[in-house]
Amino acid sequence: MRLDAQTLADLVDERLPRGQVRAIQSGFKDPDRFDKYLALLQERVDWDDQIVLPFGEHLYVVAKAGGSYAIKCDCGHEFCEHTDNWKLEALINVRDSDESLREIYPSKMHGDPDWNHLREYFCPGCRTLLEVEAVPPGYPVVHDFVPDLEGFYGNWLGRELPGA
Amino acid sequence: MAIVDSTRELERQAEADERRGIGWGGTSAAEMLAESERLFGETGRYVGVDELALKDTDPIRYEKLFSRLRGGLVSARETALNISASPIVKEIGELCFALYTPEGDSVTLSTGIIVHVHTMSDAIKYMIRQGYEDDPGIAAGDIFTNNDAMIGDVHNADVQTIVPIFWEGELVGWAAGVTHEIDIGAKTPGSVPIGPISRFEDGIDLPAKKIGSNDEIWHDHVLAGLKGTRTPMYWTLDERTRLAGCHMVREAVERVILEEGIDTYKQFVREVIEDGRRTFRSRVREMLVPGRYRAPAFTELPFAKEEQLPSYARVDTLMHAPVELRITRDGMLELDYDGSSAWGYHSANCTPSSMQGALWVQLTQTLICNDKVNDGAYLGLKQNFPPGTWSNHSNPQCSTGNAWYFLIPSYTGFVKSLSRSLQARGYVEEVLAPYALTANAFQGGGVDQYGRQSATTNFGLSCVGGGAKMVLDGLDYAAAMWNPEGDMGDLEMWELIEPFLYIGQRVKPCTAGPGRHRGGSGYEALRLAWKTPFYEMQNIANGRCFIQAGLWGGYPGATGYRHNIRDTNFFDLVERGEPYPTHDPDPEDSALEKVVTGRRQFDIETTTLPELMRQGDLYLCCFRGAAGVGDPIERPYESVMEDLDGDYLLPRYAESVYGVVPGDADATARRRDEMREERGRDAVPVREWMRGERERVVAGDFIEPVRRMYAESIRLSDRWAREFREFWDLPDDFDYDVATLQVELSKAISP
Repeated sequence: MRLDAQTLADLVDERLPRGQVRAIQSGFKDPDRFDKYLALLQERVDWDDQIVLPFGEHLYVVAKAGGSYAIKCDCGHEFCEHTDNWKLEALINVRDSDESLREIYPSKMHGDPDWNHLREYFCPGCRTLLEVEAVPPGYPVVHDFVPDLEGFYGNWLGRELPGA
Repeated sequence: MAIVDSTRELERQAEADERRGIGWGGTSAAEMLAESERLFGETGRYVGVDELALKDTDPIRYEKLFSRLRGGLVSARETALNISASPIVKEIGELCFALYTPEGDSVTLSTGIIVHVHTMSDAIKYMIRQGYEDDPGIAAGDIFTNNDAMIGDVHNADVQTIVPIFWEGELVGWAAGVTHEIDIGAKTPGSVPIGPISRFEDGIDLPAKKIGSNDEIWHDHVLAGLKGTRTPMYWTLDERTRLAGCHMVREAVERVILEEGIDTYKQFVREVIEDGRRTFRSRVREMLVPGRYRAPAFTELPFAKEEQLPSYARVDTLMHAPVELRITRDGMLELDYDGSSAWGYHSANCTPSSMQGALWVQLTQTLICNDKVNDGAYLGLKQNFPPGTWSNHSNPQCSTGNAWYFLIPSYTGFVKSLSRSLQARGYVEEVLAPYALTANAFQGGGVDQYGRQSATTNFGLSCVGGGAKMVLDGLDYAAAMWNPEGDMGDLEMWELIEPFLYIGQRVKPCTAGPGRHRGGSGYEALRLAWKTPFYEMQNIANGRCFIQAGLWGGYPGATGYRHNIRDTNFFDLVERGEPYPTHDPDPEDSALEKVVTGRRQFDIETTTLPELMRQGDLYLCCFRGAAGVGDPIERPYESVMEDLDGDYLLPRYAESVYGVVPGDADATARRRDEMREERGRDAVPVREWMRGERERVVAGDFIEPVRRMYAESIRLSDRWAREFREFWDLPDDFDYDVATLQVELSKAISP
């Protein structure tokens, strides 16, 4: 199913009726979706760095001068190079007590923080909650995603990685 | 050697010289399998198929062939399930059928528990590799069965029937079917037993056995089945269901061969698997982004309290599944469980076959949900399930009775990683946050309301919350990761077979993981033990650990609790005409606690061995919710209000989680601004937090199950150990002083 730019925007903004979303989910995928999604995201941010890869809600991999790539929030805050773990440059709040966990879940429904606690990672720029981890205490900060930008553009899309 | 023995040897050799193999062109099935694997190894293509000639020259015929075979399988499932009396099979459809090549590669499959399409492939290949063609023989009309996870299955309760299909004396394929039994005759009642600590307690054991000929199941096998479970009627009828379905599949294949010709059929089954492999590889390249993805998952097995167990099994265990997904530049999808915890003395261990089955069912609901689904996809995958870990116990004595208790949490990591990739590629409508644990399992056995011995596993658990999507909330109480068609069955049917009445069943507030889109909600059922002198009931679910957080600010689905009351005043309340609770929406303001007296278990001990209940006792069965997507304070005000109206959310969480002031959208906006300020005030830079956390890591300031989890991963994986030490800047030989019996035993079993 080929989506035009407006329909994709409506899908992202959740303005489509449920039946149409279902049809998009079940239909054949539009092969140029990546470029259309990239264009949509680019027009919605207030900065000029070129987005080369969506990186979850609010985050993007952008091309920087000198051939490097950074993980950037839509508020403009830049975390790190795209191969590094952006969480290490974020703000964190750990919920590891009954009191703090009960702000999210009722008592007896939030697990035992000795076994497993919640880590909330916020953007230092806009304080958006960007990721939550549920891990045992002492667990290394999870490096969720390391994209192979060069392989993606060069081998899969068959074109040069912007900014390379 | 005596002359007579020598003569017999010669006679056998002469017979072998004369006999043609059952495979194509007079080869044996084992030769066909070896040749298929050789060609795949050399060319990277299924049996070396280069051109899809049938598809290319006559695509309509090709599609019709596929549709006819698939239609035959779906029809077999829909018809055969009516033979069964088990609500798990008949009502919920916990069965599926599949068609295989002579080598055991799946061509196509029915709907249902399609996890087993690959496990049955493993079972067929096992029989071929073990020389079943010679002994016990593979002939037209033969019937085989299997439920051994080390051969090809998930756990004993998934019982398979496998029938060879011959055409003019040649093996042209296999029809196979699987049903999930309601009881498997394990140490403890039900189908997903928590209680076995070795294979010898897992129940009926059918390691790829021949059980019939001339299309009839042998009498001795039928008699053994009657003695093997607590529910012999269901067992017997389920076996009839599987056999009838296999024979229907065989007839469908024979009809196709008759009309299309055997050569076309042979060409088709080859091409369609290679087509499936190519489709899968191209789907990876079309929809994903190459790179490395990680999403560790956890769950608990707290058995230290279980005095019925021997001392070596009476331990609390934290399961670690450091799921890593790699998508390579050449479009290969690699799933790696390196660093997983060790197997244990419990029933939640897995084999590679079960892991592959679970991977398969996830793929068919994500990447390959709308195309030709067969073993071609399997050929486009690589997996690493390291021996000695829970994902591949490699121990001939290990229990796998409830392998799902590991599989389900661990595969949240796969779904989560796939979703990151789908979003990066722009396919936002496909993004799915981690699903819920299909639990609690209301499972037990004893004397039922008819005065008969019985057992049950209530499949209300096949309707837990589905993961939130990027453009929609998760499905409420309608999903199971292991069956694409979630169905809780009819309560009236469960009340007929279980000595427990439904006092109430309704949505469980706050089970859904919060987020911009929340996860699907779970629900709860309050059950009253009814006309039973005793029924021993288990609790099987997570109480201590979230299994997996959501995506991009989405929280995990809630854990749950146990609230069971024995020797209650329930009938006194009824007799006095006083109100009695029908549900327990808020454990902090529990109606059950306020109104019902008795011996109460109200805690987070949610995984227990069976404990007796009898008439008048109450059991609260809490089904879990799934994880959310996005920052909860970005959830539309109206959506939170709908959550409140629908009892999906307890009122006090509207503000603390979502920043919503009910009834006041403007105040909500102000409150959300304040919450952002509070976040900035309360949170600290991660590197600053790490300094304190490192001290805790160095000191090992954790409970023993956490220390042992780290020690097992360190000792089972040099790579994981290196990364753990590097992250926390620890010495090269850093470890915890804790015994890891299973690690040492695994090294002795598989040096």
